[in-house]
Amino acid sequence: MRDTAALAGPAPATRASRAIGEAAAAWVLCAPAGLALFALLLCPTAALLVLSFSDWELGAPELAWIGLGNYVELTTDPVFRIALRNTLIYVGVVMPASIGLGLGVALLVEGGSRLRATFRAIYFLPVVSLLVAMATAWQYLLHPTIGPVNRVLALLGISPINWLGSSDWVMVSLCMIGVWENLGFVVVLFMAGLTAIPRELYAAAELDGARSAMDRFRLVTWPLLGPTTLFVVTITAIRCLRVFDTVQALTRGGPNNASQVLLYAMYQEGFSYFRIGYSAAITVVFLAIVLLLMLVQTRILDRRVHYS
Amino acid sequence: MSGEAGRAILIEGIEKAFGKTRILKGVCLNLREGEFLSLVGPSGCGKTTLLRIIAGLESADAGSVRIGGKDVTRLRAADRDIAMVFQNYALYPHLSVAQNLAVPLVMRRLSSLERVPLLRHLVPGHAQRRSAINAQVQQAAEMLRLGHLLHRRPAELSGGQRQRVALGRALVRQPSAFLMDEPLSNLDAELRAGTRREIVELHRRAGVTTIYVTHDQVEAMTMSDRVAVMMEGELLQLGTPREVYENPADLRVAGFLGSPRINTLPVCSAPDGIRLGALHLPLQAEVAPGAELTLGLRPEALHLAAEGLAVQIEHLEFLGAEVLLHARLAAPDARLTARLPIAVAAQLQRGDAVHLRADWSAALLFGADGARIASSASELCLNA
Amino acid sequence: MRPGEERSLLHDLPRLALLGLGACFILLPYVWMFAASLKPGSEIFRDSLTLWPERFYAIENYGKALSEVPMLRFLFNGALVCALILVFQMLFAVPAAYALAKLRWRGREFLFGLIMLGLLIPYHVPALPLYVVFARAGLLDSFAALVLPFTISVFGIFLFRQAFKSLPDELIHAARMDGMSELSIVWRVIMPNAWPAATAFATFSIVAHWNDLFWPLIVVQSHAMATPALGVLFFRAEEAGNDVGALMAAAVMVTAPMIILFLLAQRRFIQGIATAGLKG
Repeated sequence: MRDTAALAGPAPATRASRAIGEAAAAWVLCAPAGLALFALLLCPTAALLVLSFSDWELGAPELAWIGLGNYVELTTDPVFRIALRNTLIYVGVVMPASIGLGLGVALLVEGGSRLRATFRAIYFLPVVSLLVAMATAWQYLLHPTIGPVNRVLALLGISPINWLGSSDWVMVSLCMIGVWENLGFVVVLFMAGLTAIPRELYAAAELDGARSAMDRFRLVTWPLLGPTTLFVVTITAIRCLRVFDTVQALTRGGPNNASQVLLYAMYQEGFSYFRIGYSAAITVVFLAIVLLLMLVQTRILDRRVHYS
Repeated sequence: MSGEAGRAILIEGIEKAFGKTRILKGVCLNLREGEFLSLVGPSGCGKTTLLRIIAGLESADAGSVRIGGKDVTRLRAADRDIAMVFQNYALYPHLSVAQNLAVPLVMRRLSSLERVPLLRHLVPGHAQRRSAINAQVQQAAEMLRLGHLLHRRPAELSGGQRQRVALGRALVRQPSAFLMDEPLSNLDAELRAGTRREIVELHRRAGVTTIYVTHDQVEAMTMSDRVAVMMEGELLQLGTPREVYENPADLRVAGFLGSPRINTLPVCSAPDGIRLGALHLPLQAEVAPGAELTLGLRPEALHLAAEGLAVQIEHLEFLGAEVLLHARLAAPDARLTARLPIAVAAQLQRGDAVHLRADWSAALLFGADGARIASSASELCLNA
Repeated sequence: MRPGEERSLLHDLPRLALLGLGACFILLPYVWMFAASLKPGSEIFRDSLTLWPERFYAIENYGKALSEVPMLRFLFNGALVCALILVFQMLFAVPAAYALAKLRWRGREFLFGLIMLGLLIPYHVPALPLYVVFARAGLLDSFAALVLPFTISVFGIFLFRQAFKSLPDELIHAARMDGMSELSIVWRVIMPNAWPAATAFATFSIVAHWNDLFWPLIVVQSHAMATPALGVLFFRAEEAGNDVGALMAAAVMVTAPMIILFLLAQRRFIQGIATAGLKG
């Protein structure tokens, strides 16, 4: 068919069959991915939404549709409320801290050529490290009696702190580890954003009378980093929302639910207590927050920071 | 932007090396007040580095820059009272045209407190300063026909409009010198010709001393009062466009300026004059006999004639009003290009054997080191 | 901040000092983890801040980590799961990305819309229903359970589609003239020309699944199926988990492979994870 098309030129009949052939090929090529997309992502997500309206427990012989019952229960469930509050605190602390520090580090790293690659690699290390293992290392560092952190504090005359074991300190410790974990990610994204700023803009700013580094930062760096910053804010917020590994490895939500977070509450309800319907409702709340963030990014803020 | 005229610029002994590569090898340059000077040369000759050193964006290893009699070598760019137009315009993408034009004034006249939104209203006298700035922006915008675009962002402008905004940002604060770094290289050919005239016109009106860097000889020749030809980090010649074209001081200058390229032929001096192979040329120069020289002949200095240099036509290029004739000289083996009027060349064909007569009064002689050697055409026109 | 100018070492010192301070914070757990893995328990529990062990105890610690739980098995499982996931992701994503980027057909916009929808959903969301199905099908605690949910990577499709779109159509037309089928065009013409995207995706995928804890925790119960992330938890649950030195040795062993890979191919890793930031 292809040969005749080549010889006879674009005759209407061959062009039509050509288009059909292309469409058929496209369907065949997309079939595995399309089926998997439905089977493994879209249908389960839809099923989750449906299940969140049921009282189903794994192993229970039957289930009842309870409408918004699970969601009503969520509003009064103290564990869920702590989990939601802690997750928002975690996002509210770790995201701004990682972004602020990350921008500072990126500016410093890009501000000179000495050791640039070395620093970039060091700050990035936590991103590629197995978080559970590193959490274990943190657990040792923060151990109330044998941990080096408390030993250093003791040298300074500060009495030992039960970093992970006291409900006052556990979120502080988790947030600190969160910043440690996310910093490198933010640094790398900001460094990419900084290298994309044309050098000549700094030269122009200098000639236009921007004398101090602060002037140039306000005139060039910060506005031109706008799209990067927005992207980093959204991505980091979503990464923070998904906090789970450190909680599972270090505190299991404790002590006394002081470090409960959304995904851990969902995990406990679903996979420890097998309350599928209730766990599904928590997941839906989690998904709703993620979607809300994405919506804010694309609908409102995108227009303000993109200049083209 | 009348009133304040440009200042003279004096550049002495500028040296610059990046690592082991010497980019500038002691460049000296002086510009008269209000002059338009083109810095021209092939890419990599150091012209942009020199411009950035004059601007204060780069520091020189040695040498000095004086503007209006004041030594600015140690001053940073912001304090030199110089404006620059960049190759890719370097407009602030997040600011409107009006804001872009206002930046140089805002940064200079308003304190950093006054540049903070909301807080600025607390500073006494802010409103007057702000409206003075707006008036000046408006004036510059009118001058460059940007009045209707003031609220757009650079991304919403065409290449030519962006170019004008870049010019406007340089004009608006009436600097004592303009530096332009290949400002037309991102425009298409048609727009380039128009903008060329526009820049010359602006210069005439503003009278600001201007250094214009380009690799395009047409721009350099058509726009400038004087042209400085740079190569390999050295300033080879400084003169009016006509001087550097007709009277190049160096073979490299002769080779760089002029399109098509100048014809070069190896010649040698004999006791009785200059010889091209066995041919005795009607040229006189004071050189030691036996010296190896190079003869330069512009394509327009060659004419079709009944006798002269015997050549065979290799290729003809039709240019409309003219024809470029590419031919091979048999002895010594060399290629020649001649620019001929269409009427003369109408009957010519590839492979034809013809004679080219040279206009010896326009012939240029260069020594083995490339330096120009004074020569004159003799009265006798033997063999040619 | 001023570009193009190389500052003298003296002027660079504040920058280096600040960055060095931050780097110490980042490296803190690595250093102590490694140091503790070389020390006997007695030294760890003693009140001391020295890093280097007085008595070199690495062989005992690492030996214990290897013998108390099948640590090598965990590492092997991790490698196998990562490799299987990557292979399936590529097999599924690349042809679909090609069809979305380069073929004209009805339904293309619809499928791409679904892909974009999929991009919005974190993988924790379908976990619960998938777990139920896997439990019913008796697939829990198997490689199938570890690999299957990740065979589809909407991010991969998205990334490859972007990369393929920038390839010239002439490449495909020429291949069709040569009589190649669409499938062989995908693997023999398109893929070799989209190498940067492929390596970026590969590093992203491997890091994500080597380090994943959530899903293995849900579907794996036995040591035989555990991945490195689970292995650490299993080791802690054992009696030996109270031996800090051995625990740190185990942590070093499961962290080391990714770090070594990262140090060998830094640029690719950073590029991969930065471009993959979208879903990472």
